[in-house]
Amino acid sequence: MATLEIRDLHVSVEADNATKEILKGVDLTVKQGETHAIMGPNGSGKSTLAYSLAGHPKYTITSGSVTLDGEDVLEMTVDERARAGLFLAMQYPVEIPGVSVSNFLRTSATAVRGEAPKLRTWVKEVKETMAGLQMDPAFAERNVNEGFSGGEKKRHEILQLELLKPKVAILDETDSGLDVDALRIVSEGVNRVRETGEVGTLLITHYTRILRYIKPDFVHVFANGRIAESGGAELADKLENEGYEAYVKGGASA
Amino acid sequence: MAEAQNIPAGSTTTGSIAVAAESTVATRMSAPPSFDVADFPVPHGREEEWRFTPLERLRGLHDGTAVATGGGVKVAIEAPEGVTVETVGRDDSRLGRAGTPVDRVAAQAYSSFEQASVVTVAKEAVLTEPIRIAVHGEGGVAYGHQVVELGAFAEAVVVIDHTGDAVLAANVDYVLGDGAKLTVVSVQDWDETAVHVGQHNALVGRDASFKSIVVTFGGDLVRLHPRVNYAGTGGEAELLGLYFTDKGQHQEHRLLVDHNTPHCKSNAAYKGALQGEGAHAVWIGDVLIQAAAEGTDTYEMNRNLVLTDGARVDSVPNLEIETGEIVGAGHASATGRFDDEQLFYLMSRGIDAEEARRLVVRGFFAELVQQIGLPDVEARLLEKIEAELKASV
Repeated sequence: MATLEIRDLHVSVEADNATKEILKGVDLTVKQGETHAIMGPNGSGKSTLAYSLAGHPKYTITSGSVTLDGEDVLEMTVDERARAGLFLAMQYPVEIPGVSVSNFLRTSATAVRGEAPKLRTWVKEVKETMAGLQMDPAFAERNVNEGFSGGEKKRHEILQLELLKPKVAILDETDSGLDVDALRIVSEGVNRVRETGEVGTLLITHYTRILRYIKPDFVHVFANGRIAESGGAELADKLENEGYEAYVKGGASA
Repeated sequence: MAEAQNIPAGSTTTGSIAVAAESTVATRMSAPPSFDVADFPVPHGREEEWRFTPLERLRGLHDGTAVATGGGVKVAIEAPEGVTVETVGRDDSRLGRAGTPVDRVAAQAYSSFEQASVVTVAKEAVLTEPIRIAVHGEGGVAYGHQVVELGAFAEAVVVIDHTGDAVLAANVDYVLGDGAKLTVVSVQDWDETAVHVGQHNALVGRDASFKSIVVTFGGDLVRLHPRVNYAGTGGEAELLGLYFTDKGQHQEHRLLVDHNTPHCKSNAAYKGALQGEGAHAVWIGDVLIQAAAEGTDTYEMNRNLVLTDGARVDSVPNLEIETGEIVGAGHASATGRFDDEQLFYLMSRGIDAEEARRLVVRGFFAELVQQIGLPDVEARLLEKIEAELKASV
């Protein structure tokens, strides 16, 4: 069973010629089949955690460890992490001019699966997955994220999640900027992947709204660069009613 | 890619649409066109037509100090049946009919060559094989002139291949008879030390169609002027270009389409990729629609993809319109960079860095390459692009 283990992770960024520590000792274990919601106020370091796990060059790991099934993730390049089974659905997916969605998906699936998918079954697989996300087939001929609406970008991220079948999926504010219909469609996509029981999901969000569609097994409150409190789904209800205020204050005085 | 956004530091993407009584394209040149080099002052580098060019790397082509060395460049012409290939002297009346040199180096070339090649395709001859002109530099200084002339309703493809090392200033004239169809591919695949400057003039006959494909990969400095004039109504010109500018290279393409005749069309599309410190690409697209040229339909476009830091693009489309009675006129220029965020996005999907770069560059050029319509040239270009990418990583 695949397990992502984060131990005492400290991460900093360079900003204005100064080093700023953003993650201050994160401990978290995500097992295959589990869904963890990470909730927290703006600036608490949620997205930093997501991008650090994926290996974004902007972030420097100063101490701690991250392993996937015992393999040292922090030693891997960005593409190696993806091939090892990590997936990050980004909050702001990047435009790639000149590269069509279909070409991108196939290149990526080839890299992650270690061999080119057979053309006939691949075309069918992409078509069906797109239909599940209510995406127009013409979408495949557009350039990656170029001119996509916010909802289209998020569907495209979840399309990749469904096709690449990672061991651990990190969804960085996938719900932000979506209307209710789009949120439902995207959530259904995530749930299809979760129902296989083969993915561990790290759902990063600011709002409790998405948790009505995607039921977490664990909820963690992120504040001031670390996990301030962990609990079951009921913790989300508490946050819904009380907000993050208690944690923000605690963070400020710490 | 959105228009003129995400421009790498040090690059410019400016354009203008002028509605003028007097042509600014003509007036901003430092001297009127002439076949005689003496009519042009030696450029100092601040002139509009020279301001992007590093004069010191022209190896004396611009100031008269580059003296031809015999046998500096070998020209070999392979032509199928129905084509006449001649080597002629300076006094041949068929030379210089498609256009007059517009700058000092083009005039220097015209004033200095000793022999010219004249390739003639007979009236109504439709060639099934391309005419191949191999221009190979043997390390010397050379001046040259070539003429390709198609009789009425003739159809031909010409591939001009530039290889080796040379300091070369050479002009080419394309003269298209009425209803003729000419496709020219000029490949600048020079060694990295070569210098190549030239003016390519096309005179497009009534209802004739001219397609020019300029491909620049090599050279230390390449500066070409693809220019089009129309001899009658109904002419069409398509100017396609592709360049891959590497570390330290200067590649400059200065287009001019002079719509002086009613009901003609033109379309220009140039795309370039740049990588490495000091890579510099310049694209000037001048389109002039004269008062007489009613019914003109024209569009010009330049796109640049900057792959690394340290590269610079200057892209300047100019559209000058002297009559409102036209079908259409437009221009577009955009310079974008392949940046770390794009690389991160692709790599986060398992794609390695080299493949990511290849994916982006192939995608960028694909649409243009498909328009060439000559499978062997297309295949060679794609191969060359791959090789350029490999060399960079």
